[in-house]
Amino acid sequence: MGLTLKGIFKPFPFIKIALPVIIIVLWAVLSALINNPFILPSISSVLDVLTKPFSDIQGSGSLSGNALISLGRVILGFSVACVLAIPLGIAMGRSEKVYDFFDSAVQMFRPIPPLAWVPLALVWFRIGLTAMVFIIAIGAFFPILLNTLDGVKSVKRTWIEAAVTLGAGERQILSKVILPGALPTIWTGLRVGFGIAWMCVVAAEMMPGTNSGIGYLIINSWYWSQVNVIIAGIIVIGIIGLGVDSIFKFIERKKFMWRELDR
Amino acid sequence: MKLEINHISKVFEEGTEASRALSDISTVVAEKEFLCILGPSGCGKTTLLRIVAGLESATEGSITLDGEKITGPSPKMAMIFQDYSLYPWRTVIENIAFGLEIKDVDRDKREKIAESYLDLIGLQEFGNNYPYELSGGMRQRVAVARALAIDPSVLLMDEPFGALDAQTRNMLQIEILKIWEKTQKTVLFVTHSVDEAVFLADRIMVLTSRPGRIKDIVPIDLPRPRDRTSPDFAKIRRYVLSLIDEHLIVQ
Repeated sequence: MGLTLKGIFKPFPFIKIALPVIIIVLWAVLSALINNPFILPSISSVLDVLTKPFSDIQGSGSLSGNALISLGRVILGFSVACVLAIPLGIAMGRSEKVYDFFDSAVQMFRPIPPLAWVPLALVWFRIGLTAMVFIIAIGAFFPILLNTLDGVKSVKRTWIEAAVTLGAGERQILSKVILPGALPTIWTGLRVGFGIAWMCVVAAEMMPGTNSGIGYLIINSWYWSQVNVIIAGIIVIGIIGLGVDSIFKFIERKKFMWRELDR
Repeated sequence: MKLEINHISKVFEEGTEASRALSDISTVVAEKEFLCILGPSGCGKTTLLRIVAGLESATEGSITLDGEKITGPSPKMAMIFQDYSLYPWRTVIENIAFGLEIKDVDRDKREKIAESYLDLIGLQEFGNNYPYELSGGMRQRVAVARALAIDPSVLLMDEPFGALDAQTRNMLQIEILKIWEKTQKTVLFVTHSVDEAVFLADRIMVLTSRPGRIKDIVPIDLPRPRDRTSPDFAKIRRYVLSLIDEHLIVQ
């Protein structure tokens, strides 16, 4: 992986930005041709929204304010999912009995899309934070659970046996072998889980009666036919999702390099 | 230190079928002895070692160490695996200190002990490296240091050099003998290489193919360091080989 001349003077990868450029050009051309801001607004009108992230939009709050509210909800629901899924995944990975007890239920609930729970969430919790956290937690729960399970099962038997012969008890095996050994895979689960949680919050905020969040901002802008705000909101959702994912990936590369190299 | 292996038999039951892996293995291992357990693959030699280590239970018979019956892993014994089994998220020095960490030895002390074993295996400069940055031979040396760090009286080695190339293997054989002489441990060393066994052992326990029975126990009193090319070495090697492969006798 050493730096070579070729590595330094690698030509700029134009192919990577080709499609985004095409999309932007196409957008500019089409919006000029259509000339109707209620169908496809101009780039500048969207940029106008994006460059003023702190100003209020039609009494619905600002772009940044709503994004922060959404992010807060995701973190809450995601945390709930972590607290439930990680210990359960470890227990299922460590004990055949626990696995057999939970497996059929997990397999049954897993394919249900999180949004199918929306009506039930409304019935049980009414409109509000609890219902949203519920939806988000369900979305993030399964990828975290399954990856934790996978990670625990992928811990090498001789890692555990080496610890046992060196005198480790069950608790030390858990904290010093299983957890660090499974962590890279658990981390993948967290990354995927967060991605799904982020999709869920936007959808959950479109539930009737919600009055804040980036999802609310988008759906509300639809009522007011502010297509430029809708597009600006979508772009913000994409950027935040990408940003969080990059942070997860960055930590993965820094901390869990051994998973790729220890072959 | 006195390690006794008394009439060990092992039957694996898989569903309704039972298969016998080991049959009536007995020997007494003397203090500071280097005992090689040799046999064809599938003869149950690794199973025997795992039973001694307390990782598996025998169907019949018992293992006693200093008069105490072994029912689980003992702090007086440490095992070294063929796949090194180092923790890839820990540096070399942290790997060596692992057993001490388990025993709650305080940080300063365990760092000091780990450093001294790092010296012993000659990898002083690699303390802060990760296992994946090391060659196979170096990794196995680290595994040896990790086992030694808890100061066991018996080292159990399960085909430790099996995954290494011939040259590294020969080098590590010399090194393990040096370490053995320096640390005065008792060693049980499982291998399928006749050459390796004759080079290393005080005695070789030769097992038959499945179910493993003791074919013979061969004492080797050649002085160390042993010369692989000497006629005496060749004679013993030929004899041990004949125990494993019956056809050789006919020739």
